[in-house]
Amino acid sequence: MSLSPDAERADAPLLTVEDVSKAFGDNQVLRSVDLTVERGDVVAVIGASGSGKTTLLRCLNGLETPDAGVVSVAGTRVDFASVGSAGAKELERARGSLRDQSAMVFQHYNLFPHRTVIENVIEGPVVVQGRSRSEALEDARALLERVGLADKADSYPHQLSGGQQQRVGIVRALALKPSLLLFDEPTSALDPELVGDVLLLMRDLAAEGWTMVVVTHELQFAREVAAKVAFVDAGRVLEVGPPAQVLGAPREERTRQFVRRLTHPL
Amino acid sequence: MDIDWSLFWESLGPLSLAAVVGTIPLALVSFVLGMVLAVAAALMRLSKNRFVSGLARLYISVIRGTPLLVQLFVVFYGLPSIGVVINPWPSAIIALSLNVGGYAAEVVRAAILSVDKGQWEAAYMVGMNRRTALRRVILPQAARVAVPPLSNTFISLVKDTSLTSLILMSELFRKAQEIAAFTQEFMLLYVEAGLVYWVICLALSSGQLRLERRPDRHVAVA
Ligand SMILES: Nc1ncnc2c1ncn2[C@@H]1O[C@H](COP(=O)(O)OP(=O)(O)OP(=O)(O)O)[C@@H](O)[C@H]1O
Ligand SMILES: [Mg+2]
Repeated sequence: MSLSPDAERADAPLLTVEDVSKAFGDNQVLRSVDLTVERGDVVAVIGASGSGKTTLLRCLNGLETPDAGVVSVAGTRVDFASVGSAGAKELERARGSLRDQSAMVFQHYNLFPHRTVIENVIEGPVVVQGRSRSEALEDARALLERVGLADKADSYPHQLSGGQQQRVGIVRALALKPSLLLFDEPTSALDPELVGDVLLLMRDLAAEGWTMVVVTHELQFAREVAAKVAFVDAGRVLEVGPPAQVLGAPREERTRQFVRRLTHPL
Repeated sequence: MDIDWSLFWESLGPLSLAAVVGTIPLALVSFVLGMVLAVAAALMRLSKNRFVSGLARLYISVIRGTPLLVQLFVVFYGLPSIGVVINPWPSAIIALSLNVGGYAAEVVRAAILSVDKGQWEAAYMVGMNRRTALRRVILPQAARVAVPPLSNTFISLVKDTSLTSLILMSELFRKAQEIAAFTQEFMLLYVEAGLVYWVICLALSSGQLRLERRPDRHVAVA
């Protein structure tokens, strides 16, 4: 007896992706992708360059529009096959509703360069969510404090190191109070010595119970933090399972090759 | 050749006055209106709607493909023959704004396109729609890119206002023509008018330099 039965059931998966496909022209980038993420779980997405990981992530929060398939996040369910034929307005609304449920951390941070760190963080809460500025500022300060950047609140992004910028990127995502956090190779633009800080923060978030989908090449992180690892190959989720299985004893030859290449680059 | 210095000094007052009450306000008002047109045309040009972007393309093409003098004459001398009579001031403002808008539209469009695609994505990610993303994220960053070329546009505009003397605008150059006709000192008055334009443009260029050199705390050195 509810409008949105999914949202009612705490044991329902937080994210389900069913049969999602996406092509750019005649380049079929996603082929009937299925994925399920339980509430509070971290799922690591691995796969070769160009296999469609970023596209998949972007489909989850409406930055990209799948040609077909269903994405449902925290009770918000969008069937892209039917939305696609319902017109631009409806599509925009559907994408917006997905976006409200998740927040994304980008490979290249994508902070707003013309705003200070704290302005970056409160932009969404104040301008979009309509929360009061003082309340948003208070939250933002607490979040910055917790990632060790309280003293950078009034700096501009370019005055920060890559690792600091990415932590701001994460704080900006957290400040939106999303149900789902999406990370697209959050550490791959960082100098090696700065990677650790960001991974540690992500591990803390996982421990706090955030539901996260993380595209990453950090197999160690995946092994220790992820509940599941999904291997994407040529637009398909070829293999998904606990890290010990997918990374330790892959069933598919393609997965085995990929993991071996990541572990032993030479 | 004798220079009639007393006439020179005597004319400097009326010429400067004409610059202050004619040339400069004309340029300022036309520039502001032109910028509104430019942003609108640039956004239309970027629209996915073929008709909308085609309309902007047509506007820009017509403006850039026809002489400003022709545009001024169409508005001031042309329109009355179809029953629309407009005074010199509004005529000059309409023609100059349309002209600046057409040129600046391409500058604004290029500036918008120069903003990293990731900025759009981040704006959408925090929940903004296209309009809010433009206003809060894209245009402020595009503005920084557009300042130097637009200051050049403004300086050109100041000089272009002299053409409005031909549609009876009382501005700096027309004043020079009037004094010259009266005193028959053409060389002196036209050179003097040129000097006044030059001084205005020098002042604007130094302002432009200061604007560009202003420590740009927001944007990383790429
Ligand atoms: N906007 C787009 N327009 C056209 N093609 C695109 C677009 N975005 C991605 N593609 C193509 O889709 C394919 C998958 O790209 P995607 O970025 O999802 O891969 P990826 O797995 O994230 O790769 P990487 O590890 O290099 O980030 C690539 O062939 C890419 O060229
Ligand atoms: Mg990618």
